[in-house]
Amino acid sequence: MQLTLDGISHRYGGMPVLSDISLDIPAGEIVCIVGPSGCGKSTLLRLIGGLERPDEGAILEHGAPPADSLNPLTYIFQDFALLPWRSVAGNVSLVLEDHGLGKARTEAIIDDVLARTKLTDFKNALPRQLSGGMKQRVAIARALAVRPAVLLMDEPLSALDSQTRELLMDDLVGLWSKTPFTAVYVTHNLNEAVRLGHKIVVLSRRPGCIRELVSIDMPLAERAERVTELASKQEQLWSLIRDEAAAADMELIDA
Amino acid sequence: MPEAPQSQPVPFRGGGFNPRPRALFGLAVMVALISIWEIGCRTGIIHPLVLPAPSEAATAFMELLDSGLLWTHLGASLSRLVIGWTAGTILGIAVGFAIGLFSLARAGFVPLVAAIFPIPKIALLPLFIIWFGIGEGSKVATILFGTFFPTVVATYGGVDNVDRGLIRMGQSFGLSWVSIVRKIILPGALPAILPGFRISAAIAIVLLVAAEMIGAEFGVGAYILMAGSLMAMDQLIAGVAILSTIGLTVSWIIGRAEKALLRWRV
Repeated sequence: MQLTLDGISHRYGGMPVLSDISLDIPAGEIVCIVGPSGCGKSTLLRLIGGLERPDEGAILEHGAPPADSLNPLTYIFQDFALLPWRSVAGNVSLVLEDHGLGKARTEAIIDDVLARTKLTDFKNALPRQLSGGMKQRVAIARALAVRPAVLLMDEPLSALDSQTRELLMDDLVGLWSKTPFTAVYVTHNLNEAVRLGHKIVVLSRRPGCIRELVSIDMPLAERAERVTELASKQEQLWSLIRDEAAAADMELIDA
Repeated sequence: MPEAPQSQPVPFRGGGFNPRPRALFGLAVMVALISIWEIGCRTGIIHPLVLPAPSEAATAFMELLDSGLLWTHLGASLSRLVIGWTAGTILGIAVGFAIGLFSLARAGFVPLVAAIFPIPKIALLPLFIIWFGIGEGSKVATILFGTFFPTVVATYGGVDNVDRGLIRMGQSFGLSWVSIVRKIILPGALPAILPGFRISAAIAIVLLVAAEMIGAEFGVGAYILMAGSLMAMDQLIAGVAILSTIGLTVSWIIGRAEKALLRWRV
């Protein structure tokens, strides 16, 4: 399944946050959205997943999602959004329970996604016992459990320290290399963008509109070794948003 | 480099502000207070008319136990307490959830709760007697009303404080409305609802005695009232001690429930 954004504009209480955004999200690719703080990146992601309605324009799905997909548009949140009273397995089970899959199939899905995210040994742990990186792996496992057609990731690594971030980036690349998935990946970290993005969308500051679309052809699996080549891409992105980031930093949030 | 004055460890300035459980000390304070009281009575410092000795109260309690009336009084009181508190709590949680979930319920109930909560339910007792009869009805109703309001306030406060991020997560995974309420909002509000139980249980015990002071043959409150009108201070103290024991037991039960249901917190 692929998505098209057609002339999206959005306002909060009269203040425009997004203006006229048109974008293709092709199947099997990761599209990164970067931009200065407050440019509407996260708003755009909420619009794409149907958690909010755009004031103008439309988000279109092309083709039906795969028949076995339980939740075609699935989020991974910056703050993990795990239920603290449920174990690792319970948090994954939460999103399967409404689908009436039966006990055996639910168990099988849980075991499979926990194995893919290297969490099998922590099946019965509570979130408070886990490190930040492990919590986000649980959230990734939960997202994989519903077999999404498109993953919507809202700064998924921003709450983690830089070492954990590296490890999880490797995990994401590993997961994608095994079975390519479609994803929209919002981040303010340009390094993450050049490591994970097939396409990188640069938004301007508020009201956000598309300033530049950068494509990177290098295969994801090779990027960890070829960082020097990526550095120039990262530099190019930084030069695009540097002045705007500085200006955005001096703005009042709700002015 | 100038000669350093003699070296010494950095002064320790941390610590404190961290109360830890000291169960035995609490018991010791109680024992000490009762001992001082007993000694005061025996030596004549405290006049027996002012305050009877704890041992006299204990004797009165044993008489009550031997006569078999203790269980009659306790049974009558506990059944009123359990029925009134349970009904008030169930209704309170239901209305609290309605306020937390629906705009119209919030607009309708919140001012009503604010208006009726501060009215002492004891003042309404004569009204309840007319509405629900002089028997069990008015007593249970008094406790029910007293329990209902603090439970409503605790519950909707708890629902309001549930992490909106978790609710949005539930929506983004396509969970049904019922699932979101049952699996995310209810457990998320529980840390606010359970402490509310402590307050509502204490209020229920206060109102129990007040309610039993009118037209009750049996009940701990009736026993205390009778003792008071006969100036039998030893029986009065024994009755008050029974109430304290009920309070302690209820608080212990709620503590256990909190431990079991909120294990997921630190």
